[in-house]
Amino acid sequence: MEPTDTAHPDYYHRVVDCQWACPAHTDVPEYIRLIAQGRFTDAYMVNRESNVFPGILGRVCDRPCEPACRRGRIEQKPVAICRLKRVAADHRDDVTKLLPKIPKLKNGKRIACIGAGCASLTVANDLMPLGYEVIIFEQYGEPGGLMRTNIPSFRLPQTVLSEEIGMITGMGVDLRLNSPIRSMRELLGKGGFDAVFVGSGAPKGKELKLPGREAAAANVHIGIAWLESVAFGHIEKIGKRVLIIGVGNTAMDCCRTSLRLGAESVKVMARKPRGFFKASVWELEDAEEESVAIIINRSPKAFVLENGKLTGMLFDKMEYDLDASGQITAERITDEEFLPADDVILAIGQENAFPWVERDLGISFDKWDVPVIDKTTFQSTRPEVFFGGDAAFGPKNIIWAVEHGHQAAISIHRHAQGEAVSARLPPTINLQSRKMGMHEWSYSNDYTPVERRLMPHVSIKERFKKLNIEVELGFTAEQVEQEVQRCLNCDVQTVFVAKLCIECDACIDICPVDCLTITHNGTESELRARLKAPAKNLAQPLYVSAALPQTARVMVKDEDLCVHCGLCAERCPTAAWDMQKSTLHWPLATDEARLIEAQKPKIA
Amino acid sequence: MTFIAKPKVAHPSLPKNALGFTRRDYEGALSTLCAGCGHDSITAAIVEASWGLGIEPQNMVKLSGIGCSSKTTAYFVSGGHGFNSVHGRMPSIAMGANAANRALSYIGVSGDGDTLSIGLGQFCHAIRRNLNMLYIIENNGVYGLTKGQFSASADLGTKAKKGETNFQPPIDAVLLALTLGASFVARSFSGDKEQLVPLIQAGLKHQGFALIDVLSPCVTFNDHEGSTKSYAYTREHYEPAVHADFVPPEREISVDYQAGETVPVVMHDGSRILLRKLDAAYDSTNRSTAAAHIQERMKAGEYLTGLLFIEESQRDFHDINGTPDAPLNSLPFETLSPGSQGLEKVLSRYR
Repeated sequence: MEPTDTAHPDYYHRVVDCQWACPAHTDVPEYIRLIAQGRFTDAYMVNRESNVFPGILGRVCDRPCEPACRRGRIEQKPVAICRLKRVAADHRDDVTKLLPKIPKLKNGKRIACIGAGCASLTVANDLMPLGYEVIIFEQYGEPGGLMRTNIPSFRLPQTVLSEEIGMITGMGVDLRLNSPIRSMRELLGKGGFDAVFVGSGAPKGKELKLPGREAAAANVHIGIAWLESVAFGHIEKIGKRVLIIGVGNTAMDCCRTSLRLGAESVKVMARKPRGFFKASVWELEDAEEESVAIIINRSPKAFVLENGKLTGMLFDKMEYDLDASGQITAERITDEEFLPADDVILAIGQENAFPWVERDLGISFDKWDVPVIDKTTFQSTRPEVFFGGDAAFGPKNIIWAVEHGHQAAISIHRHAQGEAVSARLPPTINLQSRKMGMHEWSYSNDYTPVERRLMPHVSIKERFKKLNIEVELGFTAEQVEQEVQRCLNCDVQTVFVAKLCIECDACIDICPVDCLTITHNGTESELRARLKAPAKNLAQPLYVSAALPQTARVMVKDEDLCVHCGLCAERCPTAAWDMQKSTLHWPLATDEARLIEAQKPKIA
Repeated sequence: MTFIAKPKVAHPSLPKNALGFTRRDYEGALSTLCAGCGHDSITAAIVEASWGLGIEPQNMVKLSGIGCSSKTTAYFVSGGHGFNSVHGRMPSIAMGANAANRALSYIGVSGDGDTLSIGLGQFCHAIRRNLNMLYIIENNGVYGLTKGQFSASADLGTKAKKGETNFQPPIDAVLLALTLGASFVARSFSGDKEQLVPLIQAGLKHQGFALIDVLSPCVTFNDHEGSTKSYAYTREHYEPAVHADFVPPEREISVDYQAGETVPVVMHDGSRILLRKLDAAYDSTNRSTAAAHIQERMKAGEYLTGLLFIEESQRDFHDINGTPDAPLNSLPFETLSPGSQGLEKVLSRYR
């Protein structure tokens, strides 16, 4: 193998599995270390820079970082990254003074954002400090989009939501509530905007066209619309027996909300077995803790009515054949079953819909009637129109929408400044030694064999008293103290300098997880098999050094299970190994602005 | 040395031996030697070898004298028995322990000072008696613990860290052992585990005295230019003559071994050593030609390495002295103690 190019920003970035998995590339290990030091405000600001809504995401993020966390490969359970984010948000001081300064003198460019959800708010957050005038059009009376309408307040308190949205609207955003956009043509024609960002989400819940659907309409609800009505107080109660169709995260919110509106028996109906559920594991756990029954292998067949009123639903009982990898190879109906119900909530997915975008404006839509959007720039086929969040590529989650917002803001800025949107700053990575002395590192390098802490909950009895009692209490101080030490500091990289190595084997002998090998070079697949411990995770690239001075062999590191204890560097007599903190810089609109500013001719 | 202990966390797919132990179960306390010390690599090789042999930790006896090398017995198989003896007197302790319990695996770790200076007499007699033990010399040519004076194995012309040149001829442990009639003589290098690990396994299984002289650079006092025992110098002047592979009794000898220039040596317990000649002129079963060859290469400045001499047919200490087959602690009291009448009988022979 060729020597690994560690100068490429992706190499060390990939070692920080959580940061690599996070769509917004949040510097997770750094903020966890800050929490460990009790620097909650600093931890919050590290978060805010990349994910904008730490308090919100610390509760309801989809957590792509956690399945990626290396701790999960060492001892099954990952670090409770999301919960620690909430710790930073809960315990921070006032951050008003730390927020970006908004120039009084504007740059004369006006940007319209459609929908006051997380994507549009991120665009505003990134563009306001650059002097833009940002106008957000929101159809409802309150900003927040899906975060406000679809996430129940027992999971995300309104105060947290409002405070973090307030940080952005407080920058001087022209927020126009109760102002739905009915026509894109009108907006483009009369608005006088330099760019338009569409962050209108995926507000259309999927329909289930089965016999009896129309007749039972009074008691059959579309999940996201129903949650929205609950959020705005239009719906305050539901029948005693409720069936939820679908088993995604919206279904979880629907079933738990039903319990708080008076339902006594709530069943979530899944077509397929457990391995196929779309809901996050923790959301399933929380629902089941509240005695929601999850019934598998039931395919909805018909709504059953008696005297024009819904009495229940008919299901086909399904049976599946699975192959060794768990994929369905065959399915059949074995029987049918009737389940009584007073109300049925459909939570089988949602789509974006643009009835208000005229199709002759130069904004192309593909054969599925979805706008054609560039995956990097988020630009539509009409140069001044950009899409982001669920509106761009269908329903994902908040953290994706935030990253879309960041990228769209870069594009909008470049577009507004007359620069090509595709020429963007590349990410960079910086390394800094953490060596303090012979055996001292400026990070906590010892491995702490403590298991993942469990989130304390409000008692089952107490939590149903009101709709908006937040169930998760947040970690206690003791839990925080232990959980932060579970982080393996993957961003403190093992950096190797081949020419210093005397091949004494000290690093190889001391490595607790056998991730180092000095051997003769070979092809990747062959090399992976003959390392001290075989490197089976093909998703994690091997580090291969340049030829070593004495024997021309190579140092190979399998990054997969490294616990970043720094013992290789401590044992190295020649400092060929060093522990260096990698800081990823993922460019934002402010960086682009600095660059464009620097390139302008200076007036003497 | 290191301030934090080596974390207990291990690679989830570490292989297990017949006893269900992983390599990690054969580790000991964390080394307090200098970072990069060759001795630590030898420790790792011992861990690997004892794990591979599936020795029950409680059946291992670790013995040492004084010196950096002698600290290392603390760093492997923490479940074994250990004895840190007086400087250079480790063979006496090994002798006594071995006489009392022949069923255990004995591994003595010593240094060039402990063996070739203060302990030279003890070392020679342990070889003469063909004491059943593995004796490892961690040979770095200097007294590291007292800051790098030349030891008895320092080569002619080698330079100390401060610049002095050594003008006294070295005592070579391998040649000495051959002269004294040793039955298993090997030389290796701490930086070559592929060679060292099977040698340790063979040495532990050899019935009689097995010597492995391991070149083990002192990273602090003898790893500079001008040194003849530095990592760089050793690598340049290190010449494997015979490679020995250890094959436990239960494993078949695979075909590709038979095809090459390999000679199997069957050991007492049925395991085999496969000798593969890397130097065609070298014969590790002929003491006199072996000694001559080693000496000749040494004059040319080369360290000949590998299993340099083996003679499985020699009688060991227990055989020569007709000791009981079982460890003394397994014999009934009546057999061990002749009683007062028996004692009278014995004494009367001397009256």
